[in-house]
Amino acid sequence: MIEVRNLTKHYGPIAAINNVSFGVERGEVVGFLGPNGAGKSTTMRILSCFMPASSGSAKVAGYDVFSQSMEVRRRIGYLPENVPLYSDMRVAPYLDFVAEVKGIGRSERRRRVAEVMDRCLIADVQNRLIGRLSKGYRQRVGIAQAIVSDPEVLILDEPTLGLDPKQITEIRSLIKSLAGRHTVILSTHILPEVSMVCSAGRAVLPDGARPSPGGGPTRRGQRRDRPDPGRAARRAAGDERRRRDVRGGGPAEPRREVGDLPARGRPEVDAARTAA
Amino acid sequence: MKIWPIFKKEMLLYFTSPVAYVVFTIFLLIVGYFFYSIFAFFTVASMQAAMNPAMGRDLNVTDGVMRPLFSEERKSGTIELLLTYPVRDGAVLVAKYLAALTLYALMLFLTLLYPAIVAYFARLELGPLVTGYLGLVLMGGAFLAVGVLASSLTENQIVAAVSTFGVLLLFWIIGWSADNAGGVLGKVLAHLSIIDHYDGFAKGVIDTRDLIYYVNFIALALFLTLRSLESRRWNG
Ligand SMILES: Nc1ncnc2c1ncn2[C@@H]1O[C@H](COP(=O)(O)OP(=O)(O)O)[C@@H](O)[C@H]1O
Ligand SMILES: [Mg+2]
Repeated sequence: MIEVRNLTKHYGPIAAINNVSFGVERGEVVGFLGPNGAGKSTTMRILSCFMPASSGSAKVAGYDVFSQSMEVRRRIGYLPENVPLYSDMRVAPYLDFVAEVKGIGRSERRRRVAEVMDRCLIADVQNRLIGRLSKGYRQRVGIAQAIVSDPEVLILDEPTLGLDPKQITEIRSLIKSLAGRHTVILSTHILPEVSMVCSAGRAVLPDGARPSPGGGPTRRGQRRDRPDPGRAARRAAGDERRRRDVRGGGPAEPRREVGDLPARGRPEVDAARTAA
Repeated sequence: MKIWPIFKKEMLLYFTSPVAYVVFTIFLLIVGYFFYSIFAFFTVASMQAAMNPAMGRDLNVTDGVMRPLFSEERKSGTIELLLTYPVRDGAVLVAKYLAALTLYALMLFLTLLYPAIVAYFARLELGPLVTGYLGLVLMGGAFLAVGVLASSLTENQIVAAVSTFGVLLLFWIIGWSADNAGGVLGKVLAHLSIIDHYDGFAKGVIDTRDLIYYVNFIALALFLTLRSLESRRWNG
């Protein structure tokens, strides 16, 4: 459903992502795991056709995000980080607008909007201004907006960011309920979220990103451009530390850490990641 | 082209946020003031005289109208959703521009109140009134197009408003230097002046050159806006 090959994106001299490759099968719910600055949002913006990659290719639902962007855009629902919605619109008219822009006919639209409001538990606030909603409700409106056209693929960028624990639980169960109907890729910097939400606990790491703090893209980019002899040693030490962070110690090949995470982990998972 | 849903959304946003009401009120007050002063000082209500100060009001009001265009969407991040819906950038742009133009036309429509008052007391020449309003729509349309362009370039609404004002002022005062320059240069400058092309309309004359000027002006500004929207897709 999603096929990403050697995706690289430069902002000026800085590489936000470098040679990222992974694949997502139909019907999977996949977590895209990485610390802040790892390039998760960048990757998702490319997948959602908001901006192009510097090099590499990405296909969504069989269409190239750059050369066949309209086809891709017809088949995705996207929730950007920070959930940008029109504060001055009311919930139901907003969803109706999104459905109309996504090409759903008038009669169908009423039904769909009512349906997603039920699924996302926002029917009770349908006449409220979006700007007056709590963060949890806003998030659900954001998800409703993504699924209102019943897209094949959902791209959710940090859908639990900034929520309180109760809201986080609610959003996670909402996303779980989407599994089966859509192929979902969601980004997160919270490791356990992957096992809680994703099918088979599958996770893909942006290249070079690790589930522990540090490792911003600037440094990563520079490391790649200018290989230095001390790097391997530092990296090994870093890996050791990270393994402890993630699994509470014990030697393991770092590439496996993701696949090992949840009990139901799939071994081929991490093959998705570019070789370090 | 899915212009209609976005157009509807823009209009809805104009009227659910205080933007439209504030802009309408200010606009009517200013127009009313100008109208009153002309009416009071000259007692003869010549539409031609009333139409000229109309330009002064346009500058203040257009940035209120175009404010929510692109700067706002960039600032709040909603542009990221809007531009990833299956709609072409051009359709988004046209929808937004038409919405702003519609709001502006609505405001102009409200100002018909003033000529109506005049018509009650005196005989009103209909010709210059109609062409004057047509000219105002065209000139306002040109102002709005510059506003759209500026708002697509920056997420800072103040910067957008100020640069719009700057560009318009430039096109405005070009006319003055045209008088001083004289010769061929003067002619070229006079042709570029956004105000000079309005004179005919105010006098009740529709000159195709004036029409073409405004249409070209608008087309150029919108074309540049489209490029600026698309530019995010280039710098890969
Ligand atoms: N528009 C931009 N211009 C310049 N640098 C950017 C831009 N957007 C993101 N970056 C940089 O690219 C890197 C990756 O960012 P991002 O994709 O947002 O990571 P994540 O979502 O994983 O936190 C960060 O270092 C960020 O500073
Ligand atoms: Mg991010």
